[in-house]
Amino acid sequence: MQDRPSYLLVWLTFLRNSLVRDLSFRSNFWVECIASMSWVAMNLGFYLLIFSFTNSIGEGTGWGKFEFFVFLATTLFINSLVQTFFMPNIQEFSDLIRTGRLDFALLKPIDTQFLVSFEKVNWPSMANFFFGIVLLSVSVYNLSYRSENPLVLTPWMVIGYPLFVLCGVAILYSLMIVLAASSIWLGRNQSLYDFWFYITSFSRYPMEIYRGPVGHTLQLIFTFAIPILIVVNVPARILARPLGIDQGAATQLAIFALFATAFSLLGSRWLFVKALKSYRSASS
Amino acid sequence: MSSQTAEHEVSPPISDWSARVATWWAIFQINFHEKLVYRGDFMLGTLMRFLPIVTQVFLWSAVFGARAAQEGDAAGETEIVGYSYHNIVAYYLLSTISRAFSSMPGLASGIALQIREGEIKKYLVQPLDLISFFLLNRMAHKVTYYIMAIIPFVIVFYLCRGFFDGWPPPEIILAFIASLIMAFMIGFFMEASIGMIGFWFLEVRSLLFVYMLFSFFLSGHMFPLDMLTALPGPWGLIVKSLPLMYLAYFPAAVFLGKIEGWELVIGLLVQLAWVVAFMVICRLAFHYGVKRYSGYGG
Repeated sequence: MQDRPSYLLVWLTFLRNSLVRDLSFRSNFWVECIASMSWVAMNLGFYLLIFSFTNSIGEGTGWGKFEFFVFLATTLFINSLVQTFFMPNIQEFSDLIRTGRLDFALLKPIDTQFLVSFEKVNWPSMANFFFGIVLLSVSVYNLSYRSENPLVLTPWMVIGYPLFVLCGVAILYSLMIVLAASSIWLGRNQSLYDFWFYITSFSRYPMEIYRGPVGHTLQLIFTFAIPILIVVNVPARILARPLGIDQGAATQLAIFALFATAFSLLGSRWLFVKALKSYRSASS
Repeated sequence: MSSQTAEHEVSPPISDWSARVATWWAIFQINFHEKLVYRGDFMLGTLMRFLPIVTQVFLWSAVFGARAAQEGDAAGETEIVGYSYHNIVAYYLLSTISRAFSSMPGLASGIALQIREGEIKKYLVQPLDLISFFLLNRMAHKVTYYIMAIIPFVIVFYLCRGFFDGWPPPEIILAFIASLIMAFMIGFFMEASIGMIGFWFLEVRSLLFVYMLFSFFLSGHMFPLDMLTALPGPWGLIVKSLPLMYLAYFPAAVFLGKIEGWELVIGLLVQLAWVVAFMVICRLAFHYGVKRYSGYGG
């Protein structure tokens, strides 16, 4: 008997099981897809409204309409991946702790963090991923065919973009694991999801909008302490190439993003393992 | 049941009312003390509510900056549909007050859940009116919330006082308070009516999502609704005819003096009409809903 489980096979089983479960309530599946897409459509409407009053977000930043829509599409990719693969699991996690059902996860002959982060997959959230593909295609098309300063795709952009999207997902995943670990210590962490929503709301706009003393402080905090600003900004800058941003500084930030990703993953893993040690089963 | 009717016959109407008030007071007090238990959570939650506004403020600052450069305006003079940058920030801050009155977290889903799981029959057999009971619960919840939230609100508004052009005249403040109270009533009766749809369809989650979606964007929570009037097409008119705009936009716009004179009077009257309309809808939904109710669950 093999003593190490095949993580890939287990993960594929998770994917399959979740898809079977989601598709057993087929109309609910489609309702959820449409619901999450209409949420995004409303947001898109809001940004279209903003661009009816201005031609860029931030003077001289180069985040014009289609550059910003590349940014928005990037947000959609990252958020939909997080919501599909991690969100349902982490939401469940604080329940596992409160009810003591985490015991069962601990007993299984597989890594606990792997099990509690990947067990459930919420397929309907992928609808926004496809929305993102459409939005990205339209935006890149418009940027490439504009008369002034058209965008030219290079192999580096094509490779770098998905790579940094994945880095962004990894950073958000680490943040989730940190929050989950904190719920082991707190016993119950009801506002975990709220906190998540409020913190990640800072990542939804280009970092150049955070100006002035308060803005710069926020930029520093959310780049170096909790690196959520680089989650979307780094990949979006690679593809959209807004004119107002110094390419040298952008490259430096991209290199930093790689380190931040590695550090977040390792740091959150360390914290999770440490938190598990203080888990006291709560079941009766 | 018979002893109760007998009691009603004997007791004069005054003590009947005082008994009723005593019941209401008891319900109110129970809820008040229950909510006080989580005061730490309350304060933290309130402060966190202001976080998304921080990003909105920076977003609009960037938009106004770009527009000023585009139009060649002097700094601070740029306006979008009559709102200066300071007005927009003040608007967002004020809309949190509107939302503090009109938002009813968990009301509709709670009612629907109680219908689905059969818990609602526990209220049906008690000698009290379900809608008033829920309303009192909600009022107690809100009052507790304001007592807890006043500290973070005062801190935030004090820090942001520069975005306001001083206090508006007293009559505007009175109109503002009236519109806030009515915002609470519309919020309550509208959500309660939606929850009562649960009598007909057991699962109302997707319907609630649609309501939430519309109320998030069309109540004026995301942006001042005047911006829609600047668009070509009837969008502004449509959105301003919906009751949703009274949940966030209307009180904030009243405070900022964007709605004045007859427009204000008519606005308040229409708001009152919506309150009455949703009260009636809620009563009717409950009346006919209970007839359909089959008491699921154990």
